[in-house]
This record gives sequence, structure tokens and C-alpha cells, in this order.
Amino acid sequence: MTRAPAQSQAENSALPAAEIGGETRIVVANQWQLIWWKFRKHRLAMAAGVFTILLYAVAVFAEFFAPYSAGAYSAAHTFIPPQSIQLLQRTENGWRFYPHVYGFKVQVDPESYKRTYVLDEAITYPVGLFVRGESYKLWGLFATDRHLVGAAQFGDPVYLLGTDRLGRDVLSRTIYGTRVSMSVGLVGVGLSLLLGIILGGISGFYGGMIDNLIQRSIEILRSLPTIPLWMGLSAAIPLTWPPVRVYFAITVLLSLIGWTALAREVRGRFLSLKTEDFVIAARLDGVRELPIILRHMAPSMTSHIIASVTLAIPGMILAETALSFLGIGLRPPVVSWGVLLQEAQNVRSIATAPWLLFPGLAVVSSVLALNFLGDGLRDAADPYQT
Amino acid sequence: MQPIHTRLDDNDAQDDEVLLDVKDVKTHFFTDEGVVKAVDGVNLSLKRGQTLCVVGESGCGKSVTARSILRIVPPPGEIVSGAINFRQRDGGTIDLATLNPKGREIRRIRGGEISMIFQEPMSSLSPVHTIGSQIIEAIQLHLPVSKGEARKQAVSMLDLVGIPRPGEQLDAYSFELSGGMRQRAMIAIALACEPQLLIADEPTTALDVTTQANILDLIRDLQQASGMSVLFITHDLGVVAEIADEVVVMYLGRDVESGDVDSIFHDPKHPYTRALLQSIPRYDSRQSRKLYSIKGTVPHPFDRPSGCPFHPRCDDFIAGTCNTIDPARQLISPGHSVRCLLYADANAGEQVPVNSAGTQDMDMSN
Amino acid sequence: MIWYIARRILYLIPTLLVVSVIAFAVIQLPPGDFLASLISKAEETVDQAQVDALRERYGLDEPIYVQYWKWISGIVLRGDFGDSFEWNRPVSDLIWERLGLTMAISLFTLAFVWIVAIPIGIYSAVKKYTIGDYLVTVIGFIGLAAPNFLLALVLMYIAFRYFGQSVGGLFSPEFIEADWSLERVLDLLSHLWLPVVILGTAGTAALIRVMRANLLDELSKLYVDAARARGLSELKLLFKYPVRVALNPLVSAMAWIFPALVSGSAITSIVLNLQTTGPLLYRSLQAQDMYLAGSLILLVSVLTIIGTLVSDILLAWIDPRIQLQ
Repeated sequence: MTRAPAQSQAENSALPAAEIGGETRIVVANQWQLIWWKFRKHRLAMAAGVFTILLYAVAVFAEFFAPYSAGAYSAAHTFIPPQSIQLLQRTENGWRFYPHVYGFKVQVDPESYKRTYVLDEAITYPVGLFVRGESYKLWGLFATDRHLVGAAQFGDPVYLLGTDRLGRDVLSRTIYGTRVSMSVGLVGVGLSLLLGIILGGISGFYGGMIDNLIQRSIEILRSLPTIPLWMGLSAAIPLTWPPVRVYFAITVLLSLIGWTALAREVRGRFLSLKTEDFVIAARLDGVRELPIILRHMAPSMTSHIIASVTLAIPGMILAETALSFLGIGLRPPVVSWGVLLQEAQNVRSIATAPWLLFPGLAVVSSVLALNFLGDGLRDAADPYQT
Repeated sequence: MQPIHTRLDDNDAQDDEVLLDVKDVKTHFFTDEGVVKAVDGVNLSLKRGQTLCVVGESGCGKSVTARSILRIVPPPGEIVSGAINFRQRDGGTIDLATLNPKGREIRRIRGGEISMIFQEPMSSLSPVHTIGSQIIEAIQLHLPVSKGEARKQAVSMLDLVGIPRPGEQLDAYSFELSGGMRQRAMIAIALACEPQLLIADEPTTALDVTTQANILDLIRDLQQASGMSVLFITHDLGVVAEIADEVVVMYLGRDVESGDVDSIFHDPKHPYTRALLQSIPRYDSRQSRKLYSIKGTVPHPFDRPSGCPFHPRCDDFIAGTCNTIDPARQLISPGHSVRCLLYADANAGEQVPVNSAGTQDMDMSN
Repeated sequence: MIWYIARRILYLIPTLLVVSVIAFAVIQLPPGDFLASLISKAEETVDQAQVDALRERYGLDEPIYVQYWKWISGIVLRGDFGDSFEWNRPVSDLIWERLGLTMAISLFTLAFVWIVAIPIGIYSAVKKYTIGDYLVTVIGFIGLAAPNFLLALVLMYIAFRYFGQSVGGLFSPEFIEADWSLERVLDLLSHLWLPVVILGTAGTAALIRVMRANLLDELSKLYVDAARARGLSELKLLFKYPVRVALNPLVSAMAWIFPALVSGSAITSIVLNLQTTGPLLYRSLQAQDMYLAGSLILLVSVLTIIGTLVSDILLAWIDPRIQLQ
């Protein structure tokens, strides 16, 4: 335990010169600085943090990142395999820089007469960055037609991750799905946190009967198999509801069952802080309950709660994905990763178009990143512990 | 008093009476941030039947020294040099520092010839095993006895260390005992195979004062009865005065002064020893004065001061000398050695600045 | 110990009450009463007398608490779960075998999780910061991040694409409707590994992390040093003390892993087309066959709660500290 950033931190570049004339000067850093220093050492968590920020950026600017809109389809281009980007092209004079994708042609299976598209290296379509495409209004405000990547010539069929059975671009839809899936996680955890802080706080602060009651209910909720319960409850959401209302109903359902972990965390922190000397000292000084909670206890809990929240988001994302995958969560036309994975519900459709599993990769990588980030945050949350 | 300027004679290891002789042992920890020299050249020697106290502030390498002897230094710590000569029961001498820390030989010595008790009796007993199972385990590891016989011996061990109703308490778990009883149980486990040497690593620090005294009495009684030697690690000079025959004062992983208890208390040489002695509160001080405290704190092992490691905190610091020259061990009088540049050259006798306060009425041993 | 068990069983009563209320709520949630959907679904015109009899049986004209009482007392006293309208049979005819298979899969998975996770967790803690440890950690994280159904899809695709096999189901076709026999059990076991691996991945990953963290905590405890100082060999020491203590939280982890397994088996079973409660629940919800759905949720929850209770008792049995609290 090093309570203050003492001499040992002297080699840390972020510290102003700690050694002056051989004497050790005590440098004061606040709690958040200490957390940041500790977090920064955790390389994997740092990388995961950057990735998470990118994911949310994609979610916010989905219209810009996606080459097509979420609903755009082309009946002629169904089940087109992913066209990977080629940076160089061979010409008579050697290689030249020419970012492009190959076109595709129809192949008919001689036995089943099934028509499939295969890539055709004879045809190339140039691709580029910041290309003009469909026009859109970012957040309904700024009209533009620029997209991050896409066909350099508007109208060329470029599908970097292929298309589904209706000829919709898998990449674009996955990007739009980011918006819904990542925000379900955030909103759901936000609601859970509200419930968790209120109930966990009450439980931890007052103790006794109330604590017992709340703890018992948490135990009951935790011993239930959540997915069958979610299935039962979400099946009751009327089919006639508009998508936005379904979205919120599902989020509320997820957080109604998901708040227990956060409540436990809050309660545990509360209980251990309650007996800390500085809290007892504040109480002996006659500080009232609410200021004790807000001024003295809350700051030292915040870092832990941020870490727990980060670790709770993946659970929400996974739950939403599972429900939507089964068709009892979010429903089309809403685009979430789970909704997209409905397209890959059986072996036959995956065998025809394995690229339909791509949204699954998005799920795994985002959950992975949030887990790593949360782990790093949890380690850093208590900077006084070595 | 004129210090005798001879290099320390290291031949006393041949002395029949010497049970343990630790010579210039260095135990370093190889961490990602760098090498921590927790023990950096420690010397101590312990005679049969005697009690040697190792004193020093927290972080000066006392515990690592103790663990080095038993070869239970946790990774990434390693003994990098030095010798730990131990006279075994069969008369042969073995250098513990050369043994494989996981090997059969050191395991035979652990618990059988050398036992150790730790600072916190609560955490040094398994939370899910009974006291009895841990004593029986120790007995069966080293003595060829049946389980029933081992159990009988365990009961008499518990009785010996003063645990009431030993037959019942044998099946108690550590959390069912009080702190003092737990430490007694630890002692029972440690002494179950009648070791020649008991290493006690601050065994009374976590206990309250009355219990401390009881445990010290117990250790002393058991020592008298069995004739074992005790290596006692503590930062409490009161305890040292009470039980020690010999004392080694450690600072930053080294022995800075060692000698018998009288010369350390009545004639301390090293400024650090003097400072330690001055910082004890005393009842008989007539004028009320501020309690002395050593300036500064123990430096972090990564930035070990040059020269004499104590120089930044030393009241007798000689600029240009103490911060450049690393002092060697010097014999001051028979059995009394010190590492300090104040005594390093021929004229040192005259140059010793007499730091008068506290060398007279230092009798703590009553 | 007996008092401890008695107290835990006493605690069970409010839990079961809450669960039954939730299950009843699920039955009541869809708009309109179920007779309306029954009548709309029936191919022939439904006889009015029959409708009235059903109304009487379920107490549909009476206040909600009377309906609840009729429903729950029917279950508890007579084992009457109501009728499935889609199947036109009593619910109790439909569920028992599927419930048994659900529990069988969950228990097999639990065993799989433990057998795989404990040795790997120990290895990872003892060899911390080695390549093996990092490998285990990374695989563990991926196992936690991959949803069950995605894993099921990928494995099915691999089996289909590279081995030309269509995996799924719990029985070979000839055994699906057969009576129980030794051959049928063996056939079941030969199909069980896939769902067990899929279901167990996340739990295994989680348990490895729990085991590793616990063991790392325990390895640095003083009692380990004390036992080492007694002369115990490293391997004996490892298993007798720190591993033993680190196993306790693992037993208590069963209390949340088991519900998670039952929960996960619902989706995995739908994807793999297993004859468990999952697909039945799914179909009944889509068909608004609410008595069947409600009963399934109730029974699956009750069995899960009993599983949790068993793990609590087990923990108290292996950890003497628990009973004291």
C-alpha cells in the first residue's frame, strides 16, 4: 500500500521532477490522476478502450461509416460474396496503385440449377475513401452524401462484406446495427444502474430489515433462469407496437432483471465505506446523512461503479442479441446485430452465405473489448492498492 | 573505549556451539520495474540454545532474511550469493543456500530441524482445516509414526503450549480460537517435531500486550525445556531486551551492528542503533522532551543511497565520505561488530562524536 | 448443519411464491383472455357449454387472485398444469421428458465445466504470466464473449461444411419417439457432447477466471508459507491447502452458473433443435399457448432454484465457516 505517490513513482514521466537536490518532494496527485496512471499501464485495456470509443463513434456516425443505408436493397444482387479490397493492379508496366474490388458473375450449378454469384477477376470496380454515395442527413441536421468507403463511382455494386437474401449490404447493416446494439447496452445499463444505486444504496446504508428484504429479492432474481423469463415477458410485447416503443420495452425488461449485480456491487461498497475512518469522522463531526453520501462516499465509489457498469454492458448486448436472434426481441425494420443474425438461423443459410455471420463477429469483438476495458478499469479503480 | 581494528574473523563457523551461520547472504527480487535488493549482504550467527534477535524498521529485510534461511522466499525473489551453514542433528554441516528450494533435503529440514512461526496467527493457519490435522500433518511428515500415535502426540503438544482442553481443541478450526490461542497452536505445530531452531517472525506483533507477554513467556519456557535456539525477528526493542542473548540490527538489507544484548543496549556504536534506542519512550525521563525520531523514512529499495545506505538519515554524516564509501564490517570488541565509517580508520577512536543522550540509562533488560 | 438446511429450505418458500407469481403474470400478460385465442384457433365451432366449463375451471370471470389461486392450487394439489391448446393435451403430458432432458443437459454441462475449468484454472494460476497462462486467458475471454447460439451456429456450419454431417438433435431419427432403453440412452449420450460443449464454453471460461483469481489470492496467503515451512512437498501443498480453499467460491459459483446454463440451454436447444424445454417454450410463446409457456417457466425456475439450494448446502458442507454466519 502506498498511500501517496511517494518516491517510487519518481521514474514516472507524468510526475513533475520529484527529486530536487536529493530531497524527496511529495507530489500530490488526485484520485483520478492516479487511476489514469494505473490504467495506462494496462496495455490491453487501453487498446480495448480505444476500440470501444471507435465502436461508439461508428454508432454515432453510422450514416457516414456505412456505404449504403440500412434499408437499401438490390433485388438483382442477392447473396453476393464479400468483395475484398485489392490495393494494387497488375498492368503491362508492372503493378500500379489502384484500390478496387472484383466484380461477380452468375454461376449455375449443373445439378441443382441453383444460381450463385462468384467473384470474377475480369471485372473491377474502383473503390475509395470519402466517396459520394446516397445522400443523407446526419442526425436529421446536416445534409451530405459523403461516405467513408465505397464505390468510387456512384452506382457500382460494391459490397465489401457481401449481401443477404434481399441484396442488402451486410457491412452497412452491421454498422447500423452497432447503433442499436451498443445503445441497448448503454441504456439498459443506465436503467439497471439507477435501480441498482437506489436499491443497493438503501440496502447498504440502512441495513437491517430493509437490507434483508432487498438482499432476499436479489437472490431470488439471481436464481432464476433469465432467458426463459425474458422470452416469456418479451413475447407479451404486442406486435402492433412501433419499433421505438419495442426497443424501450426490451431495454426495460433487460434492466429489470439485470440490475441485481450492480445493486450488489453498490451495497458491498457502501458497507465497506460505511466503516471507513473518514466516513465515521464525518458523521462524528455532525455532517448529515445526504452530504455524507454525496460528498464523502460517492467519490470513492464512482470509480468502482464505472468499472462494474462497463462489465455489465456486455451482458445486455448479449441478451439483446439472443432475444432478437430468436425473433422475440427487437424486430425488423429495426436493425440490431441480433436481428441481422436471424438471417443466419439455420445451417442451410449459413452454408449458402457464411458471411451472414459477420454481425456475430461484431458482437464477439465488442463484448471482448468491453470486458477487457472493464477489467482494466476495475484494476485501476482502487489506485491505492498495489 | 578503543575499538579493535581487525577484519572480522569468519572462522568461528567451526565453533562447535554455532548452530546457524549466515554469511553475506544476498536475496534479490527480480521484478519488472527492476531488482529489489531486499537482503544485500547479511551476516548472523546463532549458538545452540541461544536467542538471536533481529531488529530494524519495517522494510529492512528482516523477514526476507528469515525466509531465506528456510528457502521460502516467494518468487521473484532469489538468493543470489552467500552461505547459510546449518549444523544438523547428525553433526554434519549443510549450506542451506545451495539446496534446491523444492527439493527433498530442504523439506526434511523444514519443520524437522528448523521451524517457523509467523506474524499473523489467523492467516498462517488454514481456514478450512482443523488445528489437529495441521499438527498431525507436521508430525507425520517428519516422524515415522501411525496416525493414532501422531494424534496422541498432537494432543500433548497442544497441552504443552497451554491450550485448555487439548483433546477437544484438536478438532477446532482456526476461526474458533482467539488470537493468542491461534499463536499457541502455531507454536504447537512448529515444535511438534522438536526442531533445533525456531524462527519467529514478529510472532507477537498482531497480538495485544498481555497476550504478547504470555506468548513470549511460553517461547522462553519451551526454549529452556528443549534447548532449542530461537531466531526472533521484531521491531520492538522492549521485546529484544527481554529475550535476546544476541542482537543483530538491520538496515536496508544489511546487518549494521551486531553483538550481545548488553553491548548493543549499553554501548551502541552505529548511529542507526543509537537512533533506534533513542526513539523508545521511557518512563524515567525527568524533563519532558519531544520523543526522538529518526529523520526521513526508509528509502525505497529502488533508489538505494550510495555509500553507506544510512547516510541521508544519519546525524553523524560525514560529507564526501559516507556518501561515497560503502562501510565494511569491523570488529569493535570481541563479538561486537559494526558497519560504519566512523570506526573505519586508525584514528577513528578520537573522532567518534559522542552522541551523549541515551548511552547511560539504557537498561531495559531489568 | 441440519438447522442450516432447514433454514435454507424455509427461505425457499417466498422464492417459490415469487416465481409462481411471475409465471402466472406471463400467462396473463398477452392481451385478451386465452379462450378468445382458443376459439379463434379452433377449426370447428366451439361448443358454448365447453367454453363455459373452461371459464369455470380457470375462474376467468373471477378476480385475478382467485384465478391465481385456482391455477397454483391445481398444480400443487393435483399436479394439474392446465391444458395446452396447441397440442390439445394436458400440459403435464408434454413437459416431463423435456424437463428431464433439460436438467440432464444442464447437469452434464455443469460437470463438464468443472472438470475442464478446475485443472486449467490451477495451471493458469500456478504458471501465471507464462505463455500458457496468456493463451488460457485469451481463449477464456473469447469463450465469455461468444453467445451460445453463435457458437452453435459456427460449430454446425463447420460440421456441415467440413465433415458433411448435419449435427443437432438429441437422438438419431429412429430413437426420437422410441421408448427408453439402453440403446436410446447411449444414442442420447453420443449426441450430448455438442450441446454440452457449446453450453459449457462460457461457464468454463468464467470458472477458469474465478479459479485462477481465487488461487492467486490463496497462493500468497501466509498459511501456504506456513505449510511449506513445515516441510510439505509443493504438489501436496498446492492441493491440500490453496486449491482446497480456492474451490469454495467455485461451489458457490454453481449458484449462478446453474441458472445461466439452464437459461442458455433454452437458446442453444432452439438452434440445435434439441428436445428440451427451450424449443417447446419458444413455440408455445409464439402460439400464445400460455398455460404451457407459464408452466415451463415455472418448472424450469423451480428446478433451478433447487439446484441453487443444493449448491448452497454443498458449500456449507465443505466450508466450515459458512454455517456460523
